[in-house]
Amino acid sequence: MAELFHRKLERTAIGFVVAIIAAASVGGIVEIAPLFTIHTTVEEAPDMRVYTPLELAGRNIYIREGCYACHSQMIRTLRDEVERYGPYSLAVESKYDRPMLWGSKRTGPDLARVGGKYSDFWHVAHLNNPRDVVPESNMPAYRFLARTALDTGDLQRHLRAQQALGVPYTDAMIANAASDAFGQAAPDSPFAAGVTERYGEKTQVSAFDGVVTQLTEMDALVAYLQVLGRLTDAAYSNTAAPEQAPDPTN
Amino acid sequence: MVQQLTSGERQNALIILLCVFVAGLAMAAAGGSDPLGMHGVIVMLFGASLGALVMRSYYDRQPDPDRLSHYYDDPIKAGVALTLAWAIFGMFMGVWTAAQLAWPDLSFDAGWSTFGRLRPTHTTGVIFGFGGNALIATSFHVVQRTSRARLAGQVSPWFVLLGFNLFCILAVTGYFMGVTQSKEYAEAEWYADLWLVVVWVTYFVLFLRTIARRKEPHIYVANWYYMAFIVVVAILHIVNNLALPISFGQAKSYTIWAGVQDSMVQWWYGHNAVAFFLTAGFLAMLYYYLPVRAQRPIFSYRLSILSFWGITFFYMWAGSHHLHYTALPHWVQNLGMTFSVMLLVPSWASAGNALLTLNGAWHRVRDDATLRFIFVAAVFYGLSTFEGSFMAIRPVNALSHYTDWTVGHVHAGALGWVAFITFGSIYTLVPSLWKRERMYSPALVEVHFWLAVAGTLIYVFSMWNSGILQGLMWRTYTQEGTLAYSFLDSLVAMYPYYIARACGGLLFLLGAIVAAYNIWMTVRAVPASAAERQSDVPDTGLAPGAAATPAE
Ligand code: HEM
Ligand code: HEM
Repeated sequence: MAELFHRKLERTAIGFVVAIIAAASVGGIVEIAPLFTIHTTVEEAPDMRVYTPLELAGRNIYIREGCYACHSQMIRTLRDEVERYGPYSLAVESKYDRPMLWGSKRTGPDLARVGGKYSDFWHVAHLNNPRDVVPESNMPAYRFLARTALDTGDLQRHLRAQQALGVPYTDAMIANAASDAFGQAAPDSPFAAGVTERYGEKTQVSAFDGVVTQLTEMDALVAYLQVLGRLTDAAYSNTAAPEQAPDPTN
Repeated sequence: MVQQLTSGERQNALIILLCVFVAGLAMAAAGGSDPLGMHGVIVMLFGASLGALVMRSYYDRQPDPDRLSHYYDDPIKAGVALTLAWAIFGMFMGVWTAAQLAWPDLSFDAGWSTFGRLRPTHTTGVIFGFGGNALIATSFHVVQRTSRARLAGQVSPWFVLLGFNLFCILAVTGYFMGVTQSKEYAEAEWYADLWLVVVWVTYFVLFLRTIARRKEPHIYVANWYYMAFIVVVAILHIVNNLALPISFGQAKSYTIWAGVQDSMVQWWYGHNAVAFFLTAGFLAMLYYYLPVRAQRPIFSYRLSILSFWGITFFYMWAGSHHLHYTALPHWVQNLGMTFSVMLLVPSWASAGNALLTLNGAWHRVRDDATLRFIFVAAVFYGLSTFEGSFMAIRPVNALSHYTDWTVGHVHAGALGWVAFITFGSIYTLVPSLWKRERMYSPALVEVHFWLAVAGTLIYVFSMWNSGILQGLMWRTYTQEGTLAYSFLDSLVAMYPYYIARACGGLLFLLGAIVAAYNIWMTVRAVPASAAERQSDVPDTGLAPGAAATPAE
């Protein structure tokens, strides 16, 4: 009977294609659509902030260089992971991440909570040549980041695109994108105050690569690494994990 | 190749290429110094060089008016050549990245050559370049032979093949420049994605129109799989790549999906790229070239139906097994796990169907290296789907996820299944396509076979070892209840396996080079066979049943 039916179906190309589309659509619809409607999917975290322009630029460098190919940003709910890397990751922590960078391979360690774990100086030395600080490492050297000036000219466009997609960037944030990027890496400059004003007191303002006169890609990437896991404290209060939040003043 | 087109068709080809050129010019102008501008130049060069090729033969003699009563094989020949070129490129990048993990200074202190940028050139090069060209070429071959009809277009097959390669070129050159969306297996940016949609829709229409011309009442099994491959990849590609560019003059875009929803969309895409690109399309090859080569009909029609619909329905649920123990809600993880385990049934139905087809032809498997390629492919297909279903079980995935075990599983599938079935199909296809009596050197096919087997085994065993070791080291506790190993300890333990893997990969690459040489010499040096030429024609209503089709 079923075989007879199939014999018929095999005779019409359009019918067959429609059957394929029908059979193949169910799984995706059932698994994806509810993620938007069930509101417990993403936890509430009122203290969650957006990336500063400098951090966003750093994130884009992380993407450009393919760091995600070797580093995950997703601590699973397993005891050894929590003890090694910190409280397990919550959905809300990547709420503004387009795209998410959870990763699928750990050639290097997880980075979901690397923010505040090392000093800026350590990161710069490590990125310049990982084997200077970790002799056994197989990570590539990224010396060119410190030599390359950060392009701040299009930061406004980046923020505006994010805003259009629903990330709560204010118009003031967009208008000041370039100066905020500069200010975050130049603590003594007049632009630094605006950064904490717009993005919160906890925002780390420092001369990330040690040179305040020029804003480099190294500044941006280190700023991003230092904010990983620190956009919200939700993971420290909502989970059973015993860890304390790292001290933001490193 | 151009000689096969009428002057009207040559003109159409030129118009299309002119449009491509103008699009490139617009991209170059809008992009300026952005990588988008660089890509504009590449598009212009692509359009211009193909345009020159058409121009060179523009005033050549018109094609034989009889051409429509033959199969259209020129695009397939070009497709085979491109498959081999991408195989060598993609696998070379694989060996290079493998070596970088063992010897990190192999990136020579430049940006473009670091591991993170090279890795997607490998994955795109092999999956889309090598696999994609093989799929397009064989689909053109299989659909014509099983429908006993000529392709339903003269220019469109070229448009599909070359347009797809333009996509691959844009993707790969983009990664070197740092242009990437970072979505695994969908790294290419928005303009390349848009272009692929145009190419893919053309492919879909061409394929359906050819099927509509068939002289057989039934659509052959292989074509079911090709249809599923084309249709579902289109759906996956469009949904996963929805994005907002920051401006029309820049390569960078932001995806419309964020965070946890993005993770599910990405792995719904990612896993089904495996299912409908790396599995369905290659099963189509299996269902055609296996019976042809073994000269036996497929063992069971019912098993074919069962496995086809099982795969089409179940696979789409399985993506969440890439997200076990993450911030993705539990219920989705459990659904993914359940369906992944159920997936074993249709997967083994296919593998079993293939192996039972060979039952009775084992002497051929022993003597014929080409058939042995197909046989090994079926075995590895069974193996890697078993492994996959096993790894999808949550507690198993707790160990395997993030480790080299995943990479071992990937390459059991990618080398053992995808590459083996492709080479088996190509060795079957090449002599019949170029109407040659045989391959240039059966001995070299044999050499390739053993290089490939050795390479695959070395690769897969070293990654199984390293992955399981890594997973165990991460979770080992001392008696005091503290973690026994630092992350670095586990990395140090990986080096021997990384070196072994690079060696295995090198053997596999050498095999692919041997194949390319052998095929080149077959085309150049082997005498033509008259018999093939006469029997291999479409059914025009004059000579019913003249062409050989595999039985169901
Ligand atoms: C010459 C043979 C090959 C070598 C040496 C090789 C090497 C590699 C290396 C080093 C990686 C990166 C692994 C990591 O990040 O730790 C990789 C990833 C990958 N390769 Fe290959 N490869 C080869 C052939 C192939 C073929 C033929 C295919 C597909 C048809 C393939 C598909 C992939 C995929 C899908 C990944 C990503 C895996 C993941 O994300 O887990 N490879 N390969
Ligand atoms: C029944 C069939 C299969 C199932 C249930 C399955 C399941 C899985 C699972 C559980 C993972 C690991 C996910 C993770 O922990 O990150 C995985 C990864 C993968 N599998 Fe399979 N697999 C199947 C067949 C195949 C086949 C035939 C291939 C062929 C080439 C393949 C290619 C891949 C790739 C490329 C990945 C790596 C994805 C990534 O992390 O980038 N799988 N699969």
